[in-house]
Amino acid sequence: MSVALPDTPLSGHATSQVPDAEGRFGEFGRRFVPETLMHALEELTVEYAKAKADPSFQKQLDGLLHTFVGRPNPLYFAERLTHECGGAQIYFKREDLNHTGAHKINNTIGQTLLTLRMGKKRVIAETGAGQHGVATATACARFGLPCVVYMGEEDIRRQKLNVFIMRTMGAEVRPVTSGSRTLRDAINEAMRDWMASVENTHYILGSVVGPHPFPMIVRDFQSVIGKEARAQCLEATGRLPDEVVACVGGGSNSAGMFYPFVDDTNVELTGVEAGGRGPKAGDHASTLTFGNKGILHGTYSYVLQDEDGQTADVHSISAGLDYPGVGPEHAYWKDTGRVRYVNIGDKRALDTVQHVARTEGILPALESSHAIAYALERAKQRNPSDIIVVCLSGRGDKDVNEVARLTGQEL
Amino acid sequence: MAFMPFIAAGDPDLPTTARLLKELAASGADLIEVGFPYSDPIADGPVIQASYTRALAKHVKLKEIFATITGVSREIQAPLVSMVSYAIIFRQGIDAFVQEAKAAGFAGLIVPDLPGDEASGFAALMAKHQMDLIQLVAPTTPPDRAAKILKHATGFVYCIAVAGTTGVRKELAPQLAEMLKSLRTQTTLPLAVGFGISAPDQIHHLKGKADGVIVGSAIVKLLENLASDSSKTDAVLREIGSFAKTLADAAHT
Ligand SMILES: Cc1ncc(COP(=O)(O)O)c(C=O)c1O
Repeated sequence: MSVALPDTPLSGHATSQVPDAEGRFGEFGRRFVPETLMHALEELTVEYAKAKADPSFQKQLDGLLHTFVGRPNPLYFAERLTHECGGAQIYFKREDLNHTGAHKINNTIGQTLLTLRMGKKRVIAETGAGQHGVATATACARFGLPCVVYMGEEDIRRQKLNVFIMRTMGAEVRPVTSGSRTLRDAINEAMRDWMASVENTHYILGSVVGPHPFPMIVRDFQSVIGKEARAQCLEATGRLPDEVVACVGGGSNSAGMFYPFVDDTNVELTGVEAGGRGPKAGDHASTLTFGNKGILHGTYSYVLQDEDGQTADVHSISAGLDYPGVGPEHAYWKDTGRVRYVNIGDKRALDTVQHVARTEGILPALESSHAIAYALERAKQRNPSDIIVVCLSGRGDKDVNEVARLTGQEL
Repeated sequence: MAFMPFIAAGDPDLPTTARLLKELAASGADLIEVGFPYSDPIADGPVIQASYTRALAKHVKLKEIFATITGVSREIQAPLVSMVSYAIIFRQGIDAFVQEAKAAGFAGLIVPDLPGDEASGFAALMAKHQMDLIQLVAPTTPPDRAAKILKHATGFVYCIAVAGTTGVRKELAPQLAEMLKSLRTQTTLPLAVGFGISAPDQIHHLKGKADGVIVGSAIVKLLENLASDSSKTDAVLREIGSFAKTLADAAHT
């Protein structure tokens, strides 16, 4: 359709009935990719619609999420943190208790089943922190599919443990040496592989980014987080939360957490981006806070780029939030005002890892601790009768080297 | 058959780009594609990607590229076409970008990440400014998609020779001949083949099937050494000129 993109935001109402058939979330989303990939994206859209409507697909997925991933995971009342803050009650949705230690596996199990359904024989993926790479390698091992994971050289250095796990699961980890050598370049490299291999290969994208239908598919597979959390909160407290909080890298754990609450207009939704070292360009990865509307990796959303359209360098203490783009549905939620986006810096995130470990006996991932840090502040401003649910997207084992290094400790 | 070389603007620097454009025109280029360096060129293989990275490392800016093209486009006969990501166009504002490109002397644009489905509005804008929007068709494009894409195509049709990124290849896609035959029945626009072409025998092989060939990586590769040693500029320009002449002769005979 028309390429004349409107510049005015939609008026303040978001619906869960997105995207449309062309992949639009309001004005955002769609497909800006080389022609070579277009047919595969159309095919994937059709196959996904069929799978979604097929009860046996859903049944197989639910079975694996239960017996292989360990779902449903609990909604946990963080009692000591709540008392310490002296305000709202804080609950954690425990995605860290999933097999492989993060929410990423919700999506990779779903997309691996799609791969099998489409008859494709090989899987590729990109990874930043390595969590998505591990989750993809794991799902592929479970189904005997060969798997190649593209990972920036810089991230390989930061996330040695996950590299080792991926290789143990039989995946090939291909170092990416172009550009910034992080997640953004790993996505470029995976897309290039896909251009040449698209006839027999499925690309399991790890977040709600990229061309349609990826932002929709990943959101749908991740929505199990919000669906469970919503039901668990009702059961435990008799009502819905007042605020739901999640960290935003590409935006998949947050999209999965928020989506089932979008039509509950009394529930405040807050996405927490990586504030890094501060608001100067290059020092953070707060795409929705500081970015502009633009195109990256095949989708139209917010992006951090310079005045010529060159993608900017980003920084975060956590490799999983270190991305200059964000999913188009978040852009839609931002412009409609449905979700508020804030940011938390490196230091607060690092301190919060240690604080949560000591106070609750839970070691959160650096990514997740951005969301928790915000929730702890927010709880202090709220009444004790209020409820805040935070997505604890992953466990912190993968970060111990980095945390030790940054706090001057020996491992 | 037309010979259409590709180079990236600003590699190793814009004055050399200007000289290179003149050299290519003098060597028999019928049209020249000017790649706009982009930080995330997903359709490009390692050679063109590296060329873009070299240009960006020297902070080449859009304004300067347009200024350079404004200077050269009047001096050479071969039309210039810009190969540019939609990310860059959109950032400028699509209307502003098209006007600037037109004013600089570009005859058309190739936007590798704006597939036919998304192109209708942009195609209308380009038509208003009397610029060609060259559309791409891939070996993975089914015939019904090709028909949709051709609706908005002007100038020529860019037929991608291999499923994959840009870069030199020995073999072209087996279905290429079929694809060209089928496109021929659907459009009267010239058909130009690109991605993977580097040698005269590949060009001969396409005789009678295609109306033009696009050669990128094989030329861009020759610029690799210039980034660190500008004393070789004259020699490399001569080398590229004679390589281009070999390819042009193969296309023209
Ligand atoms: C534990 C954890 N949380 C969050 C993220 C950020 O990704 P997203 O925003 O897609 O959830 C990652 C990414 O690797 C992660 O590993």
